[in-house]
This record gives sequence, structure tokens and C-alpha cells, in this order.
Amino acid sequence: MGLIGTSVKRVEDKRFTTGQGRYTDDIKLPGMTYACFVRSPHAHAKINNIDTSAAADMPGVVKIFTGSDEGIAGFGVPCGWQVNFKNGDTMKEPPHPLLVADKARHMGDGVAMVIAESYAEAKDAAEAVVVDWEVLPAVTDAKAGAAAGAPLVHDDAPNNLAFDWALGNDKAEVDAAFDTAHHVTTLEYKNQRLVANAIEPRSAIGQYDTAYDKYTLYTSSQNPHLTRLLMCAFVLGIPEHKVRVVAPDVGGGFGSKIFHYIEEALVTVAAKAIGRPVKWTAERRESFLTDAHGRDHVTKAQMAFDKEGHILALRAKTYANMGAYLSTFAPAVPTYLHGTLLQGLYKTPLIHIDVDAVFTHTTPVDAYRGAGRPEATYLIERLLDTAALEMGMDPAELRFQNFIDPFDGVEEAGYQTQVALQYDSGNYHPVLEKALKMVGYDDFRAEQKAARENGKLLGIGFSTYIEACGIAPSAVVGALGARAGLFESAQVRVQPTGKVSVYTGSHSHGQGHETTFAQVVADKFGIPLEDVDIIHGDSDSVAFGMGTYGSRSLAVGGSAIVKSIEKVIEKGTKIAAHKLECAEADLEFAEGKWTVKGSDKSIAFGDVSLTAYVPHDYPEGLEPGLDFSSFYDPANFTYPFGAHIAIVEIDKETGKVDLKRFIAVDDVGNVINPMIVDGQIHGGVVQGIGQALHEGAVYDASGQLLNGTYMDYTMPRADDFPSFETDRTVTPCPHNPLGVKGAGEAGCIGSTPAVVNAVMDALSPYGIHDIQMPVTSEKVWNIING
Amino acid sequence: MIPSKLAYHRPNNVNEAIQMLQNYGDDCKILAGGHSLIPVLKQRLNDPEHLVDISGLTELKGIRDNEKSITIGAGTTHAEIANSTAVQQHAPMIAQAAASIGDVQVRNFGTIGGSIAHADPAADWPAVLLAADANVVIKNTGGTREVDIDQFFLGLFTTAVQEGEIITAIRIPKTAFNRNSTYVKFPHPASRFAVVGCAAAVAKEGGNVTAARVAFNGVSSKPFRDMGIEKGLKGNALNADTIAAATKNAAAEVSVMSDHFASEKYRRHLAGVYARRALGAL
Repeated sequence: MGLIGTSVKRVEDKRFTTGQGRYTDDIKLPGMTYACFVRSPHAHAKINNIDTSAAADMPGVVKIFTGSDEGIAGFGVPCGWQVNFKNGDTMKEPPHPLLVADKARHMGDGVAMVIAESYAEAKDAAEAVVVDWEVLPAVTDAKAGAAAGAPLVHDDAPNNLAFDWALGNDKAEVDAAFDTAHHVTTLEYKNQRLVANAIEPRSAIGQYDTAYDKYTLYTSSQNPHLTRLLMCAFVLGIPEHKVRVVAPDVGGGFGSKIFHYIEEALVTVAAKAIGRPVKWTAERRESFLTDAHGRDHVTKAQMAFDKEGHILALRAKTYANMGAYLSTFAPAVPTYLHGTLLQGLYKTPLIHIDVDAVFTHTTPVDAYRGAGRPEATYLIERLLDTAALEMGMDPAELRFQNFIDPFDGVEEAGYQTQVALQYDSGNYHPVLEKALKMVGYDDFRAEQKAARENGKLLGIGFSTYIEACGIAPSAVVGALGARAGLFESAQVRVQPTGKVSVYTGSHSHGQGHETTFAQVVADKFGIPLEDVDIIHGDSDSVAFGMGTYGSRSLAVGGSAIVKSIEKVIEKGTKIAAHKLECAEADLEFAEGKWTVKGSDKSIAFGDVSLTAYVPHDYPEGLEPGLDFSSFYDPANFTYPFGAHIAIVEIDKETGKVDLKRFIAVDDVGNVINPMIVDGQIHGGVVQGIGQALHEGAVYDASGQLLNGTYMDYTMPRADDFPSFETDRTVTPCPHNPLGVKGAGEAGCIGSTPAVVNAVMDALSPYGIHDIQMPVTSEKVWNIING
Repeated sequence: MIPSKLAYHRPNNVNEAIQMLQNYGDDCKILAGGHSLIPVLKQRLNDPEHLVDISGLTELKGIRDNEKSITIGAGTTHAEIANSTAVQQHAPMIAQAAASIGDVQVRNFGTIGGSIAHADPAADWPAVLLAADANVVIKNTGGTREVDIDQFFLGLFTTAVQEGEIITAIRIPKTAFNRNSTYVKFPHPASRFAVVGCAAAVAKEGGNVTAARVAFNGVSSKPFRDMGIEKGLKGNALNADTIAAATKNAAAEVSVMSDHFASEKYRRHLAGVYARRALGAL
């Protein structure tokens, strides 16, 4: 059928674009009640007293829970990744209470849950809960938080240090390379805090069925099975088989919905306590204050070069902001998803990074599209363009001469980096060559010179990135501190009529799995796309799942599906051989039928499936049915890479940056649906450029989030962008059956430094080589005006 | 995002609306297009007990092309104003400003009267109406009164409208300066409200400026006319040099707002840039 590699239109879009999607907030259960949270208006404050008496008398109020109530006091959400201190001590892991009873540690910390007959009544009553606050000094910046005398977030975490961590070559050896280098480029910057801003706010409904002693949690999650595991085993201590978690249609996550949140556990507890379902849906303001944030690194990075521009060494120190508590995967982000990427695409022989993970009085920080890899890419790629400017070298040439040589991971071994990872396959020169050709680089410098003579500030910026995704080999991540495996499951159930239901542990919240996965299945079975249904997001129907994040769905979840497909075909071959009265070895399976080689004798897929379920004339000893489950644990991460080039023009009078062109050449391995991959790249690029030019959470000294609405937190919009120019190269992944690498985060990882580099190139006549993100017009104007 | 409980009233005419305002006094808010009020209610920054919805009052709607002025009903939407040929011809800056407000949905719902009654310092209308030498028609139980736009904006979210009064119309005089006018702004990248907006209207005779009105929004907590610029222009030819000279000290006389996106210094600088851009187009 040739469906793999075809831009099939997304089958899920009909329901999304006609308002028929079914999100958690669309679900209305009989007898349902509504929860509204009382949240801390302060970043750091002691709770002297909580008075709920007036609120309890308000119309429609069913129940009010506080942090001192039985069943809530002492319970908290866990962290799913352990990173130890350099000296071997376990990381500081202070409890993250379901509701705080004594002290709030970030603006938005949950204080009370008010449940009423309607949300309006719950909200009115929540306003009537009186909390006696004693406001305490707060710290919001990671480096400031680590400084002596900073206000402590947790009394048992001195210097607010959750852990310190290092990776790479011997520090003395790295330092020695810097001491003798021809040139050293240094950058100090903040990779600013971002708010995920999924279009659908988080939402959760708890339900308890007395008859079956069974809980159901509907939740807007990227990760329903892990949510169930964490909530059952590590929060509430309720039996896992008595809990069903459903993540129905989910309107975007960008990482923020990977994690297990307090509200999920609270609506579950409350539903049993009051004997009625409890729904909570975040207001946008709550999303800003309680969805895990992303990035927030304070970094000093240095790169050493010889006089020809060969990279000799890289060293960095990062203060990573953890926020007030350790969110589910937070410790992994600045460490194993960041430090491990500092090899980039380059033969850098010596690398060392130190990371201090610091608590602050801010919303917890965790994985956000790219998670650590955008920070690593920004670090390396900003250093390279800055070095090129400082050394008077061409930034493209500088990259070419430092690129790792091609390797396919099959005939040639994978590339062993200085920072733990082994790249699977790579061929880096062609992506940059292609991008340079697309941008017309040979002519650009002349155009830039002419523009400058006419008083215009035109600049070009480069980013050649690599990322590690397809997360991840369970044994490897286990050794690195993960408290979960990172495999995926898939069940391929061929129905008697030859129609196929696929149950996947991946979770689609915008990615288009219902199309991409169906293409794989329909292609492999040689059946029409409409004959395949993809089912996900329900722990009662899907065996197990590790969810969708880290660009893992196709590489890991898709591979699990392929394993089950192979089992179906293997069994189908036995049935077909019986029916066609030949040896299995004489059969070939193609285009939806088994054919006896060299003959016109064949049996169709649907006839074999019917035989499997109506086994009257059937191979002896073979079980009926055609239904296989598989678990796939990848052998390695996958390593997409690419070259992004930005061209900007700056309004000299206002400092406003106008993005004129953006070229993205990405290599995500084999591509199942080019249109969907392009969409992922576009979305990722927009998000990455959003960080470069627009986004960023701003706190005042007391820890108040100053831009917690769309009036002042700038999300990138369509009219901020030119039409993107994209292309790709294909270097298949050697270790998974589809040869795919993952495309969900690539755009977001590669694009950010390209744009900032372009701005700095445009501003190079002013002799300034650094600027802080987001690159707002005033910052640029300040450089222009000295 | 649910407002506090309130009583919703829908009067049949302006007199009835004014009666309601009298009856409910302080505890009452007027709902027109809702684009300023509804967000404030949803965030519970304002908790009126009564809401008087005047959005259905036809007597507040429409644009009348009179002999000496254009009268814009207070309940006229931004979109209607942007599309009015009379406005486009007699006061192009008014049509430009209307077309640049928010997005399509906002322009189809939001009204000119609602916007100036709210008096957001970053809103587009105040500067444009100041430059246009407009009059605001206000009705109360005693009848109607007209307030010169120069006396209308009193401060941050504060206007000359008294308790129990409703803005019914805005009158734009047909003048030479309004026929030669423009509005430009630097929009905030998030809200798209003006970080700095400048409306300029200039009349010329024999190549020299005979009347000039230049006003800013977004710059200060109150929209204002920049008398320094206006004086600097009057009597001179309008060219790059005279504009540069006149705008050199733009917004020098007012206290300028500052926030994490634009500092006082930068805003004041932008005022000069946008004054030059506006005047350069006339």
C-alpha cells in the first residue's frame, strides 16, 4: 500500500476541528461536584491559621479539605528521578504536600480544596476561606538561591541545594586545555524560565465506585499509566488494580502534563470521601502558577580553541532552578538530558560540566519541550557563533571543521562522546551544506555588507544541533537515577473480519498518533488505513504505557507496535500455510495476502483472521485468535540532528527584531508522515523562537509572578513569523525497526540559538557579543545606543 | 474564570439605563462591548452587584455624517468605525486606530464609548480623540452635556463621566487637521496594546503648519497632547528637519510609565520615534 512515507491527512483532525474532541472538562458525570483551590498568593509565607468556617456555610458547599485533614496530611507527590550529590549523598527530596498546612513555598501552592455543587459556588466559597499569612522573604533566581544567606526554601536543604552534579572529563585536564588555548570564548547568561501554556488547561475528575471498590481518574495527562503508578504506589497507597486512569483527548502538553500533580491525587481522595465525583479544571491563571515551568538555568560557559579554530575544550557551570519542590522528572533535566548533550556535533576532546540544582520560591521546574537539550544546544551554539565573531572566522566553516565524521552505526560504530552517550548514527555535513544552499549563503555576506552601508542591520545566525530522544533504554536510565522503566507496550488485536485495533501506551495530545501509527500498521499488513483504529490513554484497555514525551512515541511506542505486527504475521503465516496446504517457507506476505511463491495461490489477511477466530480447519496445536502484545525497550537513545539558519533585520530606531527568514534542515531518521513531521518541526521552531524573542516568566523580588496572563506573557503568534523553509536529510536509526529518530522536540532544540546568533551578527558592528533572552526590542536598542 | 454573582439588567433605552445607574449607584457597572469589563470581572478585580448591559441600545449605535462634524454613537464598534468612508475621509487616523485595535473579534464587539469610559492608558482611542479635538456627549437625568476631550481624561482609568451618566456619542469636528492625520503605534508583543501610540493631525497652508495636534497613549498613566511638539511645528514647514527639532523632547513634560517590557527611558525614546513616524507620514 506504500502508506509509510506518505502525507496522509490526520484522521483525528475531523473531530478536533469540528468541536467534537472529548477533553476531560467535557466529561460530566452524574452527581458531579466541582473543586476550586485556595492557593498561596505569596511566594514564601508561614500559615498561622486557616479559617474555613465562613466558607463552609456558603451556598452549595459540600466539603472543604485542608492540609491538616486526615487522608491528606502527610501525603505528597513523589519525585521520579534520583540524582545524587557528587559526594554520593542522596539528593535532598523534601516532601511536596498535597496541600500545605504550615508554609507555602511558591505562589500558587495549594492551601485548601473547596468542593461545591457548582464551580461558581466553589469559587465564591474559596474566596471566603481566610488564611492568616506571615509573609517571609523569598528567592526566585537559582544563583541567588545558592548564595550564602539566601532565604531557605526547605530547612533541611542547606544553601537551597537539591544536589550538585558533574559530568565529563577530569576537570583539571579540561582546565589545563583552557590555560594553553589560543582563544577562549566566554558567555554568561540565563536560559530563562518558560511557561508551557498548553491550550487545554490541566483538568482532573476523580470518581469512586462503591459497588466495585474502584476509582477512576480522568486527567489531562501525557502519561496516564505512570500517573496511576505514582498515585497508587507512592502517594495514596491504594491498590493499582482498583484504579483506572483515563487521559482522553488532551489539548497539548509540551512536557507540563507528563508529571503527577497534587490535584489528581486530591480529586481522587475527595471523590471517595464525599461519595460523589469531583471535577477540577485549572483557570489560565492557575496554569501559569502551577503547571511545571521549563528551563531556568544560570550558566557560565567557555570554549577553548586553537588558532585554526579547532575546539580544544568546553566547560560550563550551571545553576539549575528546581523551583520549590522536585517535580516528577526534574532532577534529570539539567543533568542527564543536558550535560550529556554537550558534545554537540563536534569532536570536542575535553568537556566538563558542573551543575548545582537549587530550590527557589517558584513554581517547580521540569521537562518542557526539549528538556535540557535546548539548554545544551543554546550553550554550545551560542559559543560557536560568538567564537566565530571574536576570531574573525566564518561560523559555518568553524562548524564544518569541527564536525564529527559520518558513521552509520551499522558498519561503523556509534560515536562515543566525552559525556556518556554513544550516538547511534550521524552524517552532519550534509544538513549544513543543504541549509547554506537554501539560504544562498554565498550571496548573503555581500547583501549584508550592502545593507550595512545603507544603515540597515541585517544578521545571520546558525545552529547545528543534536539531541538525544526516543527515551529510553530502561537499564541505562535506571543506572542514571530513573525510578521507572522507559519501555513501551503495544497490543495489536486483529478482529475476526481483519480490522485492526491497536492499543498503545504512547499518548497523543497533538502528535497525530492516530494517523502515523495507523499508517505503520496498515502499511505492514497491506490493508486500508480506515481498517486500523488506534486506542490510547486508558489504563483499563491499554496494558501499560510510559506515555509521550522525549520524542519517544514512534521510536519506542511505534517499535512496540511493529513487534506485535511481526508476531501477527508470523502466526498468520502458520494459518495461511495450513489453509494453502504448503510449507510456511513457501509463503510470502505482501499487499495484504499470503501467496505461495511462484504461484497465484493466495489467502487474504481477512480470511486468515477469520480462520483464527473460527478455527474449524486449523493448524493442530495452534491457539485460536490473532492478538499480540509486545513490550519494546530500546537499545539506545535516538539522535536526530539538523541545521537551522535565521536571518533577522533590526529596526535601528526601536530595536525591534524582524525575523526575515528561517531555514530548518532536520534529520529525524526515516519519516512515516512527512506532513506531520513538518508540522512538528514548524511548531517546535515557533516555540524555540518564542524563547529567543518573546517568552519568559518574570518574578519580582518578593516572588510574585509579574506576567501571569496573556496580557503580558508573550506567546509567539503566527504574524511574528515568515514562512519557514524546511527540508531534511535521512540517516536512519540503526537500532529500531522503523529506523526513526523522533521529531517532536527537534525544532524547539535547534531554533533558539540560531535566532539569537542572528541578532548578535546583525549587531556585530557595535562590538557587543552577548544579550539576554528574551531578546526584546529595548535590550537591542540599549546595545545600539551603547 | 467566573465573575462574582451579579444582577444583569438590559434596559430598553438610554433613559432607562440612566435610571438604573441612578438606582444602583456605586454597585453598578455598564456593560457595552465587554472587552475591558468582562476580563476584569472574570478575574474578580471588580465585583459590581449590578450590570447594566447597553450593548443592545440602537440609539447609541451608528455614525452620522453632519455638516461640521461626524458623530459616532458610543455603542458603535471599532469595526464599523474602521469601515466608515466618512471617517476614512475626514479623519483617517480614527479609521486607522479603529482598524488596529485588538483582533477581528475584538473589533466586532468592542465599542468606542466603552473604551474611552474605561480609559486604559494603553488603549488607542484616547490619543486619537485628543488629536482630533473631539467632544464627548454625555447624558444624565438632567439632559446631555458635551465635554471637550481635553477635559475628559482625568487620570488612570478615570474620566469626566460622573456617577449616573452614560457616554452617548463622540463628535469629531471636520477640520483641515483631521483630514490630514495618522495614528501609529508600537504594540506590546503580548497584549498588542500600545507600548507607545502617537496620533498626529496637522493642517497646512502654503506649506506651513497652521494647526497641529499630537497626542500619545501608552506613554503616561493618562493620554496627553504634547504641547511642546505642537508648538514646535506651528508656523514651520513640515519636513524631516522641522519634525526632528519639534520631537526632540517628546514626552518630556509628563511622567512616563515603566514596566519589565519597556523602561521609562525607552518609552520616552519611542515617543519621539513614533511622533516622527506619524508626522513624517503627513
